Amino acid sequence: SKTRDSFVGAMNDLMKDYRTVDEDFFEELEDILISADVGVHTVMDLIEQLKDEARLRNIKDAKDIQPVISEKLAEMLQKSANEAAINEQPGELTVILFVGVNGVGKTTSIGKLAHQYKEEGKKVVMAAGDTFRAGAIEQLEKWGERVGVDVVKQQAGSDPAAVMYDAIQSARSKKADVLLCDTAGRLQNKVNLMNELSKVKRVLGREIPDAPHEVLLVLDATTGQNAMSQAKAFQEATDVTGIVLTKLDGTAKGGIVLAIRYELDIPVKLVGLGEGMNDLQPFDATQYVHGLFAEVLEQTDTDDENS
Amino acid sequence: MAFEGLQERLQGTLKKMKGKGKVTEQDVKEMMREVRLALLEADVNFKVVKKFIADVKERAVGQDVLDSLTPGQQVIKVVNEELTKLMGGEQSKLRAAQKPPTVVMMVGLQGAGKTTTVGKLANYLRKEHNRKPLLAAADIYRPAAIDQLQTLGKQLDMPVFSLGDQVSPVEIAKQAVKQAKEDHQDYVIIDTAGRLHVDQELMDELQQIKEAVSPDETLLVVDAMTGQDAVNVAESFNNQLDLTGVVLTKLDGDTRGGAAISVKAVTDTPIKFAGIGEKSDALEPFHPERMASRILGMGDVMTLIEKA
Ligand SMILES: Nc1nc2c(ncn2[C@@H]2O[C@H](COP(=O)(O)OP(=O)(O)OP(=O)(O)O)[C@@H](O)[C@H]2O)c(=O)[nH]1
Ligand SMILES: Nc1nc2c(ncn2[C@@H]2O[C@H](COP(=O)(O)OP(=O)(O)OP(=O)(O)O)[C@@H](O)[C@H]2O)c(=O)[nH]1
Ligand SMILES: [Mg+2]
Ligand SMILES: [Mg+2]
Repeated sequence: SKTRDSFVGAMNDLMKDYRTVDEDFFEELEDILISADVGVHTVMDLIEQLKDEARLRNIKDAKDIQPVISEKLAEMLQKSANEAAINEQPGELTVILFVGVNGVGKTTSIGKLAHQYKEEGKKVVMAAGDTFRAGAIEQLEKWGERVGVDVVKQQAGSDPAAVMYDAIQSARSKKADVLLCDTAGRLQNKVNLMNELSKVKRVLGREIPDAPHEVLLVLDATTGQNAMSQAKAFQEATDVTGIVLTKLDGTAKGGIVLAIRYELDIPVKLVGLGEGMNDLQPFDATQYVHGLFAEVLEQTDTDDENS
Repeated sequence: MAFEGLQERLQGTLKKMKGKGKVTEQDVKEMMREVRLALLEADVNFKVVKKFIADVKERAVGQDVLDSLTPGQQVIKVVNEELTKLMGGEQSKLRAAQKPPTVVMMVGLQGAGKTTTVGKLANYLRKEHNRKPLLAAADIYRPAAIDQLQTLGKQLDMPVFSLGDQVSPVEIAKQAVKQAKEDHQDYVIIDTAGRLHVDQELMDELQQIKEAVSPDETLLVVDAMTGQDAVNVAESFNNQLDLTGVVLTKLDGDTRGGAAISVKAVTDTPIKFAGIGEKSDALEPFHPERMASRILGMGDVMTLIEKA
């Protein structure tokens, strides 16, 4: 069935063999990208570039422009092959700080990453830096039990910077390879809370000069344009080095990461694809963009078979 | 915010229109382009935007300008009226059961704010209406979800019903209602696990809870920062659970909150409460008309009309 409601359905209609690349085509493409939460400005720029490209290469048929679109999007998201890699410190303690607004998946992503490193044979410690939200420490502890990793914690309500200090000492004495630091979710317009986060980061840096080696901003794929404001504010407070894009197992596409890459040049490093401990993967731009279109092509195939 | 409100956007167009006596198609077209962008940047679903723009255009073109209004003012007035209409005008209250306890069930995507809202709503009902709520811990999946609710219960000094995480949520909900009856509690507020609207197994589970306890309110908890996907989520939850209302959370942020319009448009159920912080007192009744101007970034609409 052709459902104009879904991204897939829309893209499918758009790419139909007989479509010519005209104003209507680009208008529809615009709608589709907007419906994937790619920022409006970015979409406009992208459409302009694609129009130029189509003119330049003399592309008339919709199906011929599809690879150009994929190529452009992938290029925009990933500028070098290695940029999704986590900055690890071989033989030394690698410190990774997780930041983001409320409920995006910070704690869960930490649990998943801990599991991944553990499987690689690394010694991992997690720091329960969310001392504010009800049940946050218990949640990280449950993850610790689940994946077999130690958690450094203090009482609820204590100073998160003090937890980080403890965690570094503990990770060092255990000769750990990786320290994963959880923080409380906070909305980017709360000045005090953002300052607190900068302080947490500074404490880590005081104990180990280059730490944190990664500051990962966790973004929920369901979030719309506000993710741009999040990226800007967290970037300013903590020098974000990469993005974890969570909840991509739903129907949301998280297209705002395109705009974020375009405007702030922050790469996506990891993607969350579920609530289980294995549901974390390195980001692959081609795959991500393919994800936007692959379903479409599959559907076109089945439509062809049915017709 | 990264984008301007409608006010700044319209300034240029408004200037050009000054002193005209009739709203021409070209004027409306230019203004609607800006309105469209403002709405999209506020995360209103693009299809909702399309319909909205078509409706407004129809109303605005060819209108004779009222004595007191310039063409610019006229168009803004129409935009604001239509948007407020879309938001649902009146404020809406929580339903109450004929015979207590009133059963309220929270549903929604992961991390939307369900558990926190359970605590807030309980606090609200006690403080504003002198009611006695029981909190029911029916999220057996998320690590420490029960601890979270129990901690909130302790902070509020309110009873929390739990059977641990080895009993089915359907059974927990049933037993909780039974317990509330015995203890003469006025409300049972059921916390459920976050789930994707496309996770059929877990969506079925919610239907079963619903059948088992016939909630008076089934509230969809929606994060105000949600983007275009809000329509899919809301439509899906509504089709499967017949929602009675929506709670919009995290409105203390700097999001425009266009998801509110999308959700309202597809579910046609009222947004009943707004979450405006993490603490248990950060809940308030939802005001549709304020939301309309927040989405447009217009501040006070009347001031804008005066300036135009
Ligand atoms: N479907 C899905 N759910 C996820 C994913 N990542 C996290 N979640 C769920 O999202 C909810 C919130 O996750 P948390 O890890 O608690 O988020 P957080 O950012 O630590 O939240 P706060 O500490 O309250 O700010 C939980 O129910 C998680 O199970 C994902 O990739 N896919
Ligand atoms: N700033 C702000 N934070 C909120 C609001 N409502 C909830 N939160 C926060 O959002 C995060 C997620 O809230 P939860 O209540 O755990 O969300 P949930 O829907 O129960 O999550 P799951 O059970 O994992 O699906 C927590 O950090 C809450 O403190 C709100 O109105 N404003
Ligand atoms: Mg957390
Ligand atoms: Mg919960």
